[in-house]
Amino acid sequence: MTTVAARAVGTEADRVEGLEKVTGRARYAFEHPIEDMVYAAPVPSVVARGEVIAVDVAEALTFPGVIDVLWHGNAPKLERVGNAELHVLQSPRVAYRGQYIAVVIAKTLEEAREAALRVGVEYAVERHDVGLRADHPRLYRPERVNPDLPADVQQGDPDTALAAAPVTVDAVYRTPAEHNNPMEPHATVARWDAEGLTLYDSTQGATSLRDAVAPLFGIEPSSVRVIAPHVGGGFGAKGEPHPPVVLAALAARRTGRPVKLAVTRQQMFSVTGYRTPTIQRVRLGAHPDGHLTAIVHDAVEQSSTIHEFAEQTTTPTRIMYAAPNRRTTHRLVRLDVPTPSWMRAPGEAPGMFALESAMDELAAACGLDPIELRIRNEPEVDPETGLPFSSRNLVACLRDGARRFGWADRDPAPGVRRRGRLLIGTGVAASTYPVYRSACQATARAEPGGIFTVRIAAADIGTGARTVLTQIAADVLRVPLGRVRVAIGDSALPRASLAGGSSGTASWGTAVTRACEALRDELDRRGGTPSTGVTVSVDTTEENGEPSRFARHAFGAQFAEVGVDRDTGEARVRRLLGVFAVGRVLNPKTARSQFIGGMTMGLSMALLEESVLDREFGDYLNHDLAQYHVAACADVPAVEAYWVEESDPHLNPMGSKGIGEIGIVGTAAAVANAVHHATGIRVRDLPIRLDKLLT
Amino acid sequence: MNDDEDLSAPVTMEMRLSVNGIGYPITVDTRETLLDTLRERLDLTGAKKGCDHGQCGACTVLVDGRRVTSCLTLTVALDDREITTVEGLADGSVPHPLQTAFVRHDALQCGYCTPGQLCSAVGMLAEARAGWPSIVTADGGSVDARLDEAEIRERMSGNLCRCGAYVNIVAAIAEVAR
Amino acid sequence: MRPFVYRRPGDARTALAELAAEPGAMYLGGGTNLVDLMRLGVLAPRTLVDVTRACSDAIEVRPDGGLWIGAGVRNADLAAHPAVRRRYPMLAQALLSGASGQIRNMATVAGNLLQRTRCAYFQDPSKPCNKARPGTGCPARAGDHRNLAILGYSDFCVATHPSDMAVALTALGAVVHVEGAAGPYTVRMPGLHRLPGDEPERDTVLEPGDLIIAVEIPALPYAACSRYRKVRDRASFAFTVVSVAAAVDKSGGTIRDCRIALGGVAPVPWRAERAEAELRGAPIAEASFRRAADAELTAARPLTENGFKVALVRNVVVRALLDLVGVS
Ligand SMILES: Cc1cc2nc3c(=O)[nH]c(=O)nc-3n(C[C@H](O)[C@H](O)[C@H](O)COP(=O)(O)OP(=O)(O)OC[C@H]3O[C@@H](n4cnc5c(N)ncnc54)[C@H](O)[C@@H]3O)c2cc1C
Ligand code: SF4
Ligand code: FES
Ligand code: FES
Repeated sequence: MTTVAARAVGTEADRVEGLEKVTGRARYAFEHPIEDMVYAAPVPSVVARGEVIAVDVAEALTFPGVIDVLWHGNAPKLERVGNAELHVLQSPRVAYRGQYIAVVIAKTLEEAREAALRVGVEYAVERHDVGLRADHPRLYRPERVNPDLPADVQQGDPDTALAAAPVTVDAVYRTPAEHNNPMEPHATVARWDAEGLTLYDSTQGATSLRDAVAPLFGIEPSSVRVIAPHVGGGFGAKGEPHPPVVLAALAARRTGRPVKLAVTRQQMFSVTGYRTPTIQRVRLGAHPDGHLTAIVHDAVEQSSTIHEFAEQTTTPTRIMYAAPNRRTTHRLVRLDVPTPSWMRAPGEAPGMFALESAMDELAAACGLDPIELRIRNEPEVDPETGLPFSSRNLVACLRDGARRFGWADRDPAPGVRRRGRLLIGTGVAASTYPVYRSACQATARAEPGGIFTVRIAAADIGTGARTVLTQIAADVLRVPLGRVRVAIGDSALPRASLAGGSSGTASWGTAVTRACEALRDELDRRGGTPSTGVTVSVDTTEENGEPSRFARHAFGAQFAEVGVDRDTGEARVRRLLGVFAVGRVLNPKTARSQFIGGMTMGLSMALLEESVLDREFGDYLNHDLAQYHVAACADVPAVEAYWVEESDPHLNPMGSKGIGEIGIVGTAAAVANAVHHATGIRVRDLPIRLDKLLT
Repeated sequence: MNDDEDLSAPVTMEMRLSVNGIGYPITVDTRETLLDTLRERLDLTGAKKGCDHGQCGACTVLVDGRRVTSCLTLTVALDDREITTVEGLADGSVPHPLQTAFVRHDALQCGYCTPGQLCSAVGMLAEARAGWPSIVTADGGSVDARLDEAEIRERMSGNLCRCGAYVNIVAAIAEVAR
Repeated sequence: MRPFVYRRPGDARTALAELAAEPGAMYLGGGTNLVDLMRLGVLAPRTLVDVTRACSDAIEVRPDGGLWIGAGVRNADLAAHPAVRRRYPMLAQALLSGASGQIRNMATVAGNLLQRTRCAYFQDPSKPCNKARPGTGCPARAGDHRNLAILGYSDFCVATHPSDMAVALTALGAVVHVEGAAGPYTVRMPGLHRLPGDEPERDTVLEPGDLIIAVEIPALPYAACSRYRKVRDRASFAFTVVSVAAAVDKSGGTIRDCRIALGGVAPVPWRAERAEAELRGAPIAEASFRRAADAELTAARPLTENGFKVALVRNVVVRALLDLVGVS
């Protein structure tokens, strides 16, 4: 296996596009200037289930500036694909409130928006069911859970083991629906011309979006180009394609003009995915010394009636702790709700909130320090598959974190530390995230002037990918950073996997490494750069296809200190510290940002975030940023991130594991455990809002 | 609905809008917000639209030196005002100290909230220099324009960052405030 | 947004006349609430009369220490004014705990008083709401009302008034100066806002077309010892869950006089008159403060999901008073 000679990699290089971003020059999807373009304003359904009987286009068409109104009665026909969410304006059926049922196209934004408000729609309304319950009669076991894992796994006889266990924890944890809410709302500029369709889109994957859109219009992927140089965050919401991009392409096709469509913040709560609410029951059986004999983790979640998204909520439990008897299950119910999708650490984030809260409860039940409990249950090999771990440094993270955080003199008694009117508490939780990698292509080119250009359709949604790929390329080529240009964010570049599953750097970095190695060899062979330059291409399909003989996962530990106001129940985080074991850290500066960003989102998940379902009308009620609270600057005090040395040869040429998601994973549990330590109140349903702590 | 047809005709006004020292003679629809005028008419796309309702701060610009959310500001009302956007913060080709501090401290990830954070920080530091208190300023206490971190956090809370770059944003601003 | 005509008169009389002349016209202050609601389609005025020129943006300190505040004064300027900070700390704190730096730079005093409820149904024209769309019903009653009223509501509407500033002004007994069709008049707070009864669409006693030109704060020397405490879910940039504005006049070991108003509990900024009455003359002691809070809360009728506000108000009132009298 090749290793990269460390020069640029491992240094704190500034973001290569930093200056563009701070000066406002970086252009995001909606900001690409296009001649002759018009605006589209979607019309959302106001019923949660039923049928659109009629759409009154006549009136809207009389409005000044209005060019067209599309609905299922007059929209161009799309081909069927696997995801029915993308069959936009193809049928009268309404599957959830907020689903797009028409679109107004007008010359200005103001005209389009106003006309959209006044499109008359007649519905045949049906009774909706939007309530997720653990005893819902239509619960079923999905075939597989995201990304492609078994729904249920059992080993040994957990029921008997639980019944026999001297110490048990049996608790139900709930996490609410949460919305990704990247700061940049989904937006598209769509244009058709002789060559086909061009989409300037806010996407986490130019190639995958291209491949998803082309078949809808019955054209070859080569006839679609997706351009996304800068993306204003995604956190999973811009991973799977959603209806808005299809609607923009449809509107552009019909009008023959370039169309701009931006989803409103309110509409993002219906049409761009979200984290499913979960109801999770965790049962732990243990010896009095803390050794686990049984772990059972059952999750109930929802999806929409038109598309199944099954979150892998209990899958982290499959690898976390040793116990001979174990079961993890997922049950789903299809409701008249918007379709859930990926949100930062789908599965791991809600699942580990439950498991790591339960471990804290078990520590208390056994009278053990929560760190010691975890160390005692550290498995030798992956408990599910029996495979050895390629590297597993959870214990090192816990120990290092404990030292840095000042855990040693912690008094475990809850509800006893006071500072003024505050009750103070500390908590810890473990984190994990799987190592994924996908096949990609890349090209590397040497220009005669000594400049190198690497091309790959990767995405930088704020992760620092552009910077890290530049560092990787510079090292393989053995040149300074300044001589390497990395072109990403365009489906015309060599195909690449999307920015998801914390797999971007591993997947793209492998291709970039191989391309640069091949280029170096080529230059050696030629004895220098020819006057016309030279380009090489690589494809990592084969390399990536080799099955691993190892269980590969990143680990980490988060520590939180909270203060809870005794009069008001207001809980605020005072300190957050994480230590991670993620293979090699390629850029400490951008990596640290990923970790603190993930932990900040975890803090937000713990204390603030909840999409409130409106049972009467069927949609998420608090659909804006004044009502759906994400952490503001004042909520986020000291957040520190560290990592332990971890050298793992079984990953990829860089030796890195993904870092985009693990930061959020254990944070909510660490905060909840700290709140328990502060107050003695165990909050098992997020978010931990003041009414749950008022006494 | 004849009545409505008349009412749906846009009302436009001629005006001069001064942005970053340049006067733009434009005809605006009275409904246009400053944010949309900047982005859709003047191709000044630095100010970002995150919520369109004053709830995120991504659209923050300076009007006569004061920070405001341009998504709730009607363009027609600004004929006699001077607007500064992120594109106008640099001194020629020399970036504003906050801009360099943001890059150095990695106070940005996706960069979408960044122009709003920067304009807000410029306005906020001017407020602090003018002695304006915040809710965390001790009762009746005077304001130290060097601002501790709690002050910066509170004063910057009108600018959401979903990437969670807050600790770096605060560090970058603190460095410039001192 | 419906197209509208924009005007910006230079004085109050012209503003009044322009509003009267155009059906469906509304005044525009900083626009932070009105433009928001227009974009949501909740309000659709045909003419906007921008009154930021017509209304004064001056703050005058009266010889007796009272204040005269032009209706066009921006929230940020009011909060930063030395006399406000020194003599009426609860007002500065209320302003500074509201919204964000950007919004406070835009929002005017009059607009802040007249801002509409943040009830989620009110803000969504696709849903019923008696306040926004009279006669359509009140889905909040059976739906989401965690942050709605426990006092003063009616069967027609259970919303809360969202303003922080108005709570402090209510405690201070501020006098609102209005220019009406028939000439100027004044309203003393809490009299400006009205309980919903069977007409929740009317938030205040003002007649359509009436223009607020100033807010006067009568001298209240002991308000220098006052405090605003806002409880909220997010640490900043969030509307109140519950808030209290309190001022006390101590004399020896007793409370000679006091002012208490509550936010986040009622359709109006709520003057806690029963609590005040209970406190006057009472000894300075936690028990007195508890009795006062309880006196006010006997009238509370929490809804299914907001019962926690009763305990919360009690705790916050007691704590604010303890802080003011310096007992911990
Ligand atoms: C994201 C966000 C968060 C917020 N958070 C808070 C908070 O935490 N606490 C809080 O208290 N507030 C908060 N607010 C509300 C804010 O304080 C109000 O929107 C603001 O005070 C309204 O003032 P304005 O001048 O902008 O009013 P406008 O929006 O211009 O007008 C509001 C109303 O007043 C009328 N009006 C304006 N001037 C006059 C006049 N002189 N005479 C008669 N009528 C007049 C208008 O016709 C309109 O009906 C928040 C707002 C936003 C957008
Ligand atoms: S509480 Fe009032 S504002 Fe809310 S829905 Fe009911 S009537 Fe409307
Ligand atoms: S876009 Fe203006 S505050 Fe969000
Ligand atoms: S950097 Fe992405 S939202 Fe702030």
